[in-house]
Amino acid sequence: MVKKTEGFWKRLGIGQLAIPLTAMALLFLFNLIRDPGFFEVVVNTNNSGNPVLGGNLISVINSASELAIISMGMTLVTAACGGQDISVGAVGAISASVFIKLLIGMGNINAGTLIAAALACVATAVAFMLFNGTLVSVFKIQPMIATLILYSCGRSIAYWITGSATPQVDSPIITAIGMTIPGIPVPTPVFMVILVGLILAVIFKRTNTTLYTQSVGINERAARLNGISPVAVKMLTFGLLGMCVAVASIIATCRMSQVSHKTILVDIEMDAILAVAIGGNSLGGGKFRMSGSILGAYIITMLTVTLLAMGINSVNIKAYKAVVIIIIVAAGSPAIKRWIAAWKRRKSAGEKDAAVKGGAAS
Amino acid sequence: MTTANPILRQRRREPLTDASLLTLIAMGIFIAMYASAVIFMGGAFQKVQQFLDLFNENAALIIISCALTLVMIGGGINISVGGIIGLTCMACAKFLEYSAPENSALAVILTVALALGVGLAFGLLEGFMVSYLEIQPFIVTLAGMFLARGLTTILSVNPVKVTHEGFQVLVKTKLQIPWLGYVAKNGNLIPAKLEIGAIVAVTVVAAVWLMLRYTKLGRGVYALGGNRQSALMLGVNVKSVCFRSYVISCLLAGLAGLTFLMHKPAANASIAMRSEMDAIAASIIGGTLLTGGVGNVFGTLFGVMILAAIQKIIGLSPLNESWWQDMASGAMLGIFILLQSVILKWRAKGGKDTGAKAATQSR
Repeated sequence: MVKKTEGFWKRLGIGQLAIPLTAMALLFLFNLIRDPGFFEVVVNTNNSGNPVLGGNLISVINSASELAIISMGMTLVTAACGGQDISVGAVGAISASVFIKLLIGMGNINAGTLIAAALACVATAVAFMLFNGTLVSVFKIQPMIATLILYSCGRSIAYWITGSATPQVDSPIITAIGMTIPGIPVPTPVFMVILVGLILAVIFKRTNTTLYTQSVGINERAARLNGISPVAVKMLTFGLLGMCVAVASIIATCRMSQVSHKTILVDIEMDAILAVAIGGNSLGGGKFRMSGSILGAYIITMLTVTLLAMGINSVNIKAYKAVVIIIIVAAGSPAIKRWIAAWKRRKSAGEKDAAVKGGAAS
Repeated sequence: MTTANPILRQRRREPLTDASLLTLIAMGIFIAMYASAVIFMGGAFQKVQQFLDLFNENAALIIISCALTLVMIGGGINISVGGIIGLTCMACAKFLEYSAPENSALAVILTVALALGVGLAFGLLEGFMVSYLEIQPFIVTLAGMFLARGLTTILSVNPVKVTHEGFQVLVKTKLQIPWLGYVAKNGNLIPAKLEIGAIVAVTVVAAVWLMLRYTKLGRGVYALGGNRQSALMLGVNVKSVCFRSYVISCLLAGLAGLTFLMHKPAANASIAMRSEMDAIAASIIGGTLLTGGVGNVFGTLFGVMILAAIQKIIGLSPLNESWWQDMASGAMLGIFILLQSVILKWRAKGGKDTGAKAATQSR
């Protein structure tokens, strides 16, 4: 019986996703029992009279966008370098500052200036991430320590770029990116997640990059002896993380129509690392599954929205979140897995014993 | 004569270990920095009090940096220390708010017990999860940080001031050192003052140093961080050592919370925000490697001193803005990290020390 279910999970290709999927299912079940109205999707009209989807589920999908995008990049860096980048929030603040500074500087906002600003934003984030990547790959510094530099001074650089506390932009194009495009009721950030996901899927499913990344993460020396350049692979992952951070910072800027260097994408690095871990990926590098991290990002946001819907004060949410996270990671911990495996072995051994005994008796 | 005592000769030629080299660099830079501040900026820096204030104001940071050094030598990390400081401060402040003023001695003793109890509870929980459930320490302590910060806001969102008389005695008691004082403009001698928290912090540094150097647990922590597998084969109870190192680090964080409250008798929800990263930075500047097995608490002390001196120097210079301080600390950290990497690489290439090679190559 046990073996059959294992085979079933494996055939579906779920494997490491079993625990995050269970967690998500339990969250859904919990909400279904608590209040079925949680899943209601309503069609509202916004200020300009266009239809907009509303409701808790839409809010989960919408507000998880930045986290989902960044956790995709974080998965890659974790897999290749065996460490995490804790500067993503700060680098996001820097690239958002560049984005908004250029938009304000260019005056009128149209498609052309927007694309120019967005490209500059991506270039900035990639450049800063490549700085991290150089420290990690060339100077062989632990990723967490290398990125501690930008973590501690990144937001100050952002302030230095904008030169004021909260620069603001006001344009229908900005709200179209941050909220919804007129005529399409689904929030635009959702499409951005899909777009980034597709780009990364093409890179990692159609080429050997997955293999290279994993082999560098599992054994760097062996990878180098086999002709894979660890420096290039690590730089690539950091570059892609930079791209993800830039997209997330554009979404966050457009959502608020302003950049506050202290609060934009704040603490997202911690949530992104959590998302990677909840998705069943090892934080020590090596094999990875990006779908797990994306699922992790949605679980974290789902949890937050559920707690908010339960009427818990938003400042107190962290404590409840911590308890649930501890349960999820404990359920996926090696010790518990071993314990379950041992229990299963004992059980099957017991069944065999019983069968033998039964045979002897008959 | 040349063959007289080969062992002695070898020992004399033995190169510096990496940890002590990095510690020496940190010490040298701190002394150079402070000396140039005294010479070029003069004024406030020429008073001994200014130097003692580095300890007074950063007592909590010194203690949690020691806690992090301990855990990092063991190959782990603990980012919940800042959260524990916040929770301890808030819990103690709330407790003192409700306790009656007449039983002041008892209340103060209970406050100390409460602070250590909070630390111990977190230590037991995190230590168990890291060492026995084998969950990645980063995630466990991140959850610990969330839990501590959340509990802090559940206790109180509004700032709480400590007005309890018994505790105020602790706050106001200061060790006065007259011969290090200075003469004020009106002719009075103002003695240099050292707060209780600073004394506690220095004691903690000494205690952790002794523990790491002379106890079974301390040697076990180095063995665990150097190579877990070898440590296991040498008969070190790695799980127990790991567990105890987390318990001690969280206990120290509780103590740091208490000293924080003694320095500034008021608690709010954002106390010691991000201080765990300062503590990690201080440990790194002092020569502790995140890979484990290498480190020294005296280096960490100088790491804190360097970070604190940067804040002071910029605070007294024309660039007195918080973002300049952040940028200077970030740049300093960057220079240190690069310097360490280059030095370790150079030493590894020179083949002087096989330990350096292992340190740069291990992940």
